[in-house]
Amino acid sequence: MNRLKGFYVYAAVVALLPILFPDNYFVTVVGATILLNVILAVGLNLFIGYAGQISLGHAAFFGIGAYSSAVLTTRFELNAWLAMLVGLGLVYVIANLVARPILKLKGHYLAMATLGFGIIVNIILVQESSWSGGPDGLGDIPTLSLFGFDIDTDLRWYGMIAFFSLAAILVSLNIIDSRAGRELRAVHGSEFAAQMMGVDTVRTRTNVFVLSAMFASLAGSLFAHQQAFVSPESFGFGFSIEIVTMVVLGGMASTYGAVFGAIVLTLLPETLVVFEDYEMLIFGGILMGGMIFMPQGLFVFLTQKIRTVLNHRSGPSPKPQDAQKTLECDS
Amino acid sequence: MTILQAVNLDKHFGGVAAVTDLSFSVTEGEIYSVIGPNGAGKTTLFNMLCGYYVPSGGSITFAGKDLAGMETHQIAAQGISRTFQNLQVFYNMTVLENVMVGCHMRTRTGLIKAALRLPSVIREERQVREWSLEALTLCGLEHLADREAGSLPYGELKRLEIARALASDPKFLAMDEPAAGLNDTETVEMRQLIQRLKERGITILLVEHNMGLVMQISDRVLVLGFGCLLAEGTPQEVQNNPAVIKAYLGEDV
Ligand SMILES: Nc1ncnc2c1ncn2[C@@H]1O[C@H](COP(=O)(O)OP(=O)(O)O)[C@@H](O)[C@H]1O
Ligand SMILES: [Mg+2]
Repeated sequence: MNRLKGFYVYAAVVALLPILFPDNYFVTVVGATILLNVILAVGLNLFIGYAGQISLGHAAFFGIGAYSSAVLTTRFELNAWLAMLVGLGLVYVIANLVARPILKLKGHYLAMATLGFGIIVNIILVQESSWSGGPDGLGDIPTLSLFGFDIDTDLRWYGMIAFFSLAAILVSLNIIDSRAGRELRAVHGSEFAAQMMGVDTVRTRTNVFVLSAMFASLAGSLFAHQQAFVSPESFGFGFSIEIVTMVVLGGMASTYGAVFGAIVLTLLPETLVVFEDYEMLIFGGILMGGMIFMPQGLFVFLTQKIRTVLNHRSGPSPKPQDAQKTLECDS
Repeated sequence: MTILQAVNLDKHFGGVAAVTDLSFSVTEGEIYSVIGPNGAGKTTLFNMLCGYYVPSGGSITFAGKDLAGMETHQIAAQGISRTFQNLQVFYNMTVLENVMVGCHMRTRTGLIKAALRLPSVIREERQVREWSLEALTLCGLEHLADREAGSLPYGELKRLEIARALASDPKFLAMDEPAAGLNDTETVEMRQLIQRLKERGITILLVEHNMGLVMQISDRVLVLGFGCLLAEGTPQEVQNNPAVIKAYLGEDV
């Protein structure tokens, strides 16, 4: 099918890499981290890229998912898959509760409110040490098992995370190419016009916030079982910014762009040792530079450049007329 | 039969009275125009009609239902749609997708169904595409369906907003200066388009500065000056009304 051509190519690469290089650290370990980050970036891209909102607190939902799995499986010996579902349910409820007051806000205010939410969740994880383990974290988290097989090697984890990662991309592609997806983009394009077309924009924004939070929760549960250990550090403000950077770098409003952003930003620290001390500095720089020089994102920027070069070779192509946009609003 | 009725409508912004004690009613199937100089309160009237502004006083009734307290999307669900003086096009979408958003109320797919892409979703997409192309054809834009909305010239964006509104299958369409900024040929096309909409049974509330256009196609005209009703009647009556000539038409000559 034409619509999913890109997806099939990407899925084939994801499937082939570990078959070709089963013992390569970069493929099975870094690769698995990339695939996990893809879930987060693709989910957040629905909220930021498509619906045009901003969240600086998404690491909190990643954390709630991770801690739900960690606490329920270690302290209550709940089945890991059930724990994952409970985590998703919890995030569903919390995201809905938070969305109500928060999503009335826009722009900077929304950014600040989500930032505050992320910080509060992180403080709770640190302070409530009786069940969260506090700053030391929680260890001995059992691994996942599927049909009686324990997911206990890097290669198996790669496969497990790849499955959910590909599913996340497919879900995102399906949504965007539907009534629900157009609703998101309409809210971004003109909230007033969207309402005039009958879109309940408050509900739309709430739903996509909750959905992207649930993507993060799923990633969090996988992360907890894969690492067998969680601590509040992994779910702080810094990581929220990192996910946003993936979305922005990859190009807002492009699922593959978000995938691309996740790949680049996961690989960078792995390849550049100097990164360790200056991680936040470099993410900040990428965010700023990206916003200023490539507001459409690196992915879109590069694909457009490539297209221009190709078009040049095959002769001049008709130039689209310049957009005549009226920026001011009828208010 | 009256489809829209405004009674003693008031709107002020702090000390500025934008609309004052305005009462009028629109009959089903007619083209009802509102004219008046810039700042007369025409757009404010539209914004109250579609729930964007809360009236400071008075009421608006549509098809027997009081619109007070309804949100914009609920008002849209009553069968009211509009176009915007300052374009509100979805520039992040193609022309066809813009119009497909217009089909929102005629379809059901939510996030979960869409995520799973059930067969019903695919069927619905096909139907939405069909409706949207129909609306685009009516507005003479079908050849531009796959273009990015941002690449269209101004005149075509104006028609795109109409196509998008039409896709929602409205009973009532409010158009805010649809011919502003259009050249003569485009204005003629716009007039023909508005007439076609009327023939389809859509009641039209038209705000427009182009007097030729207004006088040609309107069934009735309301003249606003500083938020107050100056005159109302057929184009003939309004044109011959001394108060109107003095306050409004006089300035144009
Ligand atoms: N949101 C607003 N805040 C303050 N004043 C407004 C607002 N909207 C409109 N007005 C004022 O109301 C009056 C009527 O404006 P408007 O309805 O846009 O006029 P028209 O569409 O007839 O040109 C103007 O004086 C305008 O400045
Ligand atoms: Mg106006």
